[in-house]
Amino acid sequence: MARATAKTNTEDYIRMYTQMVRIRAFEDNANQLYLAAKMPGLTHMYSGQEAVAVGICEALEDDDRITSTHRGHGHCVAKGAEFKQMFCELLGKAEGYCRGKGGSMHIADTSHGNLGANAIVGGSMGIATGAALSAKLQKTGRIAVCFFGDGATAQGLWYEVMNMAALWKLPVIYACENNGYSEYTRTDEIAAGSITARAEAFGIESFEVDGQDVLAVNELARGLVERCRKGEGPFFVNLATYRYHGHHVGDINRDYYRSKDEESEWKQHRDPITNFGKWLEAQNIASAEELVGINDAVRREAEAAVAHAEAAAYPDVSEVDMHVHAGIPHALSA
Amino acid sequence: MTRELTLSKAVNEAIAEEMRRDPTVFVIGEDVAEAGTPFKVLAGLVDEFGTERVIDTPISEPGFTGLAVGAAMTGSRPIVDLMFGDFLFLVMDQLCNQAAKIHYMSGGTMTVPMVLRTNLGATRRSAAQHSQSLHALVAHIPGLKVAMPSSAYEAKGLLKTAIRDDNPVVIFEDKLMYQDKAPVPEEEYLIPFGQANVLREGRDITLVATSSMVQVCSKAAETLAAEGISAEVIDPRTIVPLDEATIVASVRKTSRALVVDEGHQSYGVTAEIAARIAERAFYHLDAPVGRIGAMDVPVPFSPALEDLTVPTPDAVADRARALCKGGWADAA
Ligand SMILES: Cc1ncc(C[n+]2csc(CCOP(=O)(O)OP(=O)(O)O)c2C)c(N)n1
Ligand SMILES: [Mg+2]
Repeated sequence: MARATAKTNTEDYIRMYTQMVRIRAFEDNANQLYLAAKMPGLTHMYSGQEAVAVGICEALEDDDRITSTHRGHGHCVAKGAEFKQMFCELLGKAEGYCRGKGGSMHIADTSHGNLGANAIVGGSMGIATGAALSAKLQKTGRIAVCFFGDGATAQGLWYEVMNMAALWKLPVIYACENNGYSEYTRTDEIAAGSITARAEAFGIESFEVDGQDVLAVNELARGLVERCRKGEGPFFVNLATYRYHGHHVGDINRDYYRSKDEESEWKQHRDPITNFGKWLEAQNIASAEELVGINDAVRREAEAAVAHAEAAAYPDVSEVDMHVHAGIPHALSA
Repeated sequence: MTRELTLSKAVNEAIAEEMRRDPTVFVIGEDVAEAGTPFKVLAGLVDEFGTERVIDTPISEPGFTGLAVGAAMTGSRPIVDLMFGDFLFLVMDQLCNQAAKIHYMSGGTMTVPMVLRTNLGATRRSAAQHSQSLHALVAHIPGLKVAMPSSAYEAKGLLKTAIRDDNPVVIFEDKLMYQDKAPVPEEEYLIPFGQANVLREGRDITLVATSSMVQVCSKAAETLAAEGISAEVIDPRTIVPLDEATIVASVRKTSRALVVDEGHQSYGVTAEIAARIAERAFYHLDAPVGRIGAMDVPVPFSPALEDLTVPTPDAVADRARALCKGGWADAA
């Protein structure tokens, strides 16, 4: 995935496009699994926000750390995860990234620096900041990105950790995916003042960017990542974006809080994948056929992964009391 | 007149009735107004009472719980809606260091008449941070009362009592029971705290069951009855205050007891009730007091694992059978 050079090239562009298409395909398949009653529980779709995860994660090294949210599949894919283990996790299968113990809201892929999705809104803010602290103490040169939603900015924890991150110049980037809604409520109804100004109040350099424009996001992120590594962090980025589906997969009738017009406006005019695809064509970086080829290949990859996950085995019952404590194979038969 | 109501509707009615009766009652929490909560339990309340008394908050659980404490100390009767019981961990300071202790610390000069409604229950495939049953945690803190309704009928009567109580009350609804129906009278009724409900009388063993486990134990009792084992089923309704007298009297009669609760087994409600039985009915016992709680592991996501972690009617019947046939050795 990401590399250290500052200069983008055709390969980078194509990879960013592909990663966004992969996230969309992952979510479309996850949604189908839910609708077909094949997925236990429920899930929160990332569709519409792809440019945020991809723009930022493409600016990171493989061993940089991220923390994710309940709407976390996009971050997971963008940070390098494989479809197979992800779908297995969604279906509670033993081959999943967390052996089926976590599910959609807790996917963690430590092989690529993803410290995990989180079902507690704002719950990862301390974790990301702590990862930055340990990077600093251990002089690893790594940085941490904390993804969270606009709604999560209401959690007091954020203000506590921002204060410390700013005091101690920790290499962390707080990335607020501002999709305008917290569950079924417009966030401007429950957020006073300016979210960006709140970070600035701690002396944290802050930025606002179009979260539908993967190039803009990536360019900003690269600069901040580089500066973070030099000890100039922390930073805050407010990314304007939109979720295409309901808050969760079952949230179908949402006219009472969000209009269909608004939804189609974003989907038709501000889709991060369509718009980036058009740009790639206009710049003669990729032809329409090549983009279709990418889409098809991704679709096949996703279908194969779903089929694999559906056929995969559930964890053995003996796993139920494994991993309660590190170093104790089975907590209840010790 | 009695009709069938879902637990969800019963809660909704209890709140509406109390809000009509007492203008100082208000509801505060995330997506409680127009959305009526993700479980739709509060649907329609905002239409009758407006957004001043059905207050949507930011995602700031410690903040709005703290607001409720302060409001309760100054003439209001807030009902906090905490979307998932798991979020108790976020509000523990406001609830346990503040609300629970204020009456005592002030030498009785201040009261905190608030209700915190939340839920418990696993097997919804919601994984470790949305499935916990954490009532033992708050029951441990002196100053809080803890109610655990086991049906729509219980939910309505206990919630109305909670709202009128002058203490902070935490009430745990079983989120898997929101759509379960039960007969609920149209006339007003309240269920007093600290009075257990004997759902089924029996001679051979007492099954003490809370909340979600009342159904589980009732089913187990049916199975046992078919085998000639007569089980008494007791729902304490509130674990603080606990109706020790009813439980102890029952065990003295049956001479055996099994306590079943969906909280983790260790250091939990089953341990507390079992200990009280052992202290006060020891010489009447024909078998050690048994208990079954949720397995002492975080709730796993995978259905293949999650179902293993909660007490089932079969597990209860097995254990009860073993206790009736002779002692802990067989039961273990
Ligand atoms: C501490 C906590 N409170 C409430 C919830 C329920 N909840 C889940 S997602 C969500 C809205 C989050 O909004 P935002 O942070 O903007 O993220 P988005 O869903 O828009 O991606 C809420 C209230 C939760 N999971 N954790
Ligand atoms: Mg949001």
